[in-house]
Amino acid sequence: MTSAPLSLEASSGAPAGALLEAEGLAKAFGQVVTARSVSFHVAPGEALGIVGPNGAGKSTLLNLVTGTLPVDAGAIRFDGADVTHTPAARRTALGIGRTFQVPRPFEGLTVFENVLVGSTFGAGMRRREASEKAWQALETAGLTHLANTAAGSLRLLDRKRLELARALATQPRLLLLDEIAGGLTEHELPALIETISAIRDSGTGVVWIEHIVHALLQVVDRLMCLAQGDVVATGDPREVMASDAVAAVYLGSADPEGEAL
Amino acid sequence: MSAPTTLTPMSSATDLKVVRGGWPSLAGGGVLAAIVVFLAAAPWFVFSPGDVTNLVTLFALIILGTTWNLMAGYGGLVSIGQQAFIGAGGYGVIKLADVVGLPIPVAVLAAGVVCALLALPTSFLLFRLVGGYFAIGTWVVAEVFKLVTQELPGFGGGSGLSLTAFQGVDRVTRIATVYYLALVLAVAVVLATYLLMRSRVGLGLTAIRDDSVAAASLGVAVRRSQRLVYVAASGGAGLAGALIAVNGLRVSPGSMFSVQYTAFMIFIVVIGGLGTIEGPILGAVIFFALQQLLDAYGTWYLIALGAIAIAVVLLAPRGLWGLAARGRYEIFPLGHRVHPPRQ
Ligand SMILES: Nc1ncnc2c1ncn2[C@@H]1O[C@H](COP(=O)(O)OP(=O)(O)OP(=O)(O)O)[C@@H](O)[C@H]1O
Ligand SMILES: [Mg+2]
Repeated sequence: MTSAPLSLEASSGAPAGALLEAEGLAKAFGQVVTARSVSFHVAPGEALGIVGPNGAGKSTLLNLVTGTLPVDAGAIRFDGADVTHTPAARRTALGIGRTFQVPRPFEGLTVFENVLVGSTFGAGMRRREASEKAWQALETAGLTHLANTAAGSLRLLDRKRLELARALATQPRLLLLDEIAGGLTEHELPALIETISAIRDSGTGVVWIEHIVHALLQVVDRLMCLAQGDVVATGDPREVMASDAVAAVYLGSADPEGEAL
Repeated sequence: MSAPTTLTPMSSATDLKVVRGGWPSLAGGGVLAAIVVFLAAAPWFVFSPGDVTNLVTLFALIILGTTWNLMAGYGGLVSIGQQAFIGAGGYGVIKLADVVGLPIPVAVLAAGVVCALLALPTSFLLFRLVGGYFAIGTWVVAEVFKLVTQELPGFGGGSGLSLTAFQGVDRVTRIATVYYLALVLAVAVVLATYLLMRSRVGLGLTAIRDDSVAAASLGVAVRRSQRLVYVAASGGAGLAGALIAVNGLRVSPGSMFSVQYTAFMIFIVVIGGLGTIEGPILGAVIFFALQQLLDAYGTWYLIALGAIAIAVVLLAPRGLWGLAARGRYEIFPLGHRVHPPRQ
């Protein structure tokens, strides 16, 4: 597991013009290392998928990029500027939007007001414009029919839609999605896939953490596999999924001793 | 690849309608305004001088409840040390009136400003602490304020100070001055809190109240907003302390820096309804009424307060206002109702 990560890319460094560059990110919670030295990059209009077994450190990585958690080591550049120690709210204003794996709605506010927080503060819009942006984000997420409902009373799927709508309302240039498709039926998946593709095609960089690999493969341009805080492989999605290293991780996750290696 | 149709709204959002408030809120506001007009006229034909003096306490309690709720209910800053600023406001107003020679109304306002200014450096100290440590820290600060006041030359040590600026003013003028000052300030503090909560700052604060991590991830400057409400609430506590001092005509460290004020504020906000504008007003009225009714019973009074607080927390976790309004009715409308554009 400590061997150099498999790279299926022509060059492993960040190409010029990258929107997000993360270099050597490290994070540990006591004895648990959730990121050892993770480097990756995302270009505008590019979608990067992240897979890995439970507890691999995927959500933690996202929290490091957004500033929800401070890094132990490493550097994060967004649009060329160092944001490693920039407060989370500032990073959002710069254009980093995110959803939470376990939705965190403002339960005492309505669905519309939840989204309005995003357009007002994240996108820095004034009243009228902020309301229109919020409504537009609700339309994209398919939530307009619940606009005046208290967010605390939503069921899980609608809470996930609300996460997406709020993040979109901040007008992100980089959108970080954490298991946004979990719980959707096969019938509901295509609409989400189409939405995320459209966001990516509009020039927004996308990072999508997802266990539903077949959904991910329909959208992402590149795929990164994490395990126990290490990058196991990065590169072309299908090649990464087909690689022995990734197969070993998923087999190994069923076998804690990692004998598959 | 699919065309980016999903990003273009199906309908134009230009005729989107966002409504805040309405006739029911206006009616409620009208009732409140009528009560304020009644209170303004009442000293001339209804209340005795003793009642008038008592009502100043009610107005101070409304200020304390409203500003503690702004800080704790919306900002998520549970301070148990606002008596630091109640005391500073009380001592401050006496010094500003007696030593500096400011007229009483100006001195009261200035005492509030001084307390807000004192709160700013204090916040940089306290905001390093989180959760329970923050609460304990605020109490420590209050104790430090009290000890410093006792030791400062010219502050009367353990026995305190008396207000002399009112000497030579006839009793009716004095009582009327303090009464109207307190009424105006209570109304102003409630209205200012309402306007703040209706602004974009208020939307951010409400988000912080519900989930500060999510609020930050949507771009809300959590620390800055919290500092703002801490400073504002401390200015409010200073105003209330100044009113209590000019109403009682004297201050002592034991009474002005008493942690009892924190217990009162929490009682008022919790039974009224945390995180609403109406709740603390209702809570202050109920607390004031209980105080008047039960004052003669000594210890039993405190036991009764405790029992009522426990009952309300268990039976109406959102306070009596929350129970009555069920989250649907607001006298001070903060909520947004959105009406979709017609297609
Ligand atoms: N705040 C925290 N404090 C302590 N440990 C944490 C914290 N957050 C995450 N961890 C631990 O770090 C490890 C990685 O967690 P993380 O949530 O990043 O995994 P993940 O890859 O997102 O997993 P999943 O697929 O289950 O969402 C886990 O062992 C988790 O228990
Ligand atoms: Mg996760």
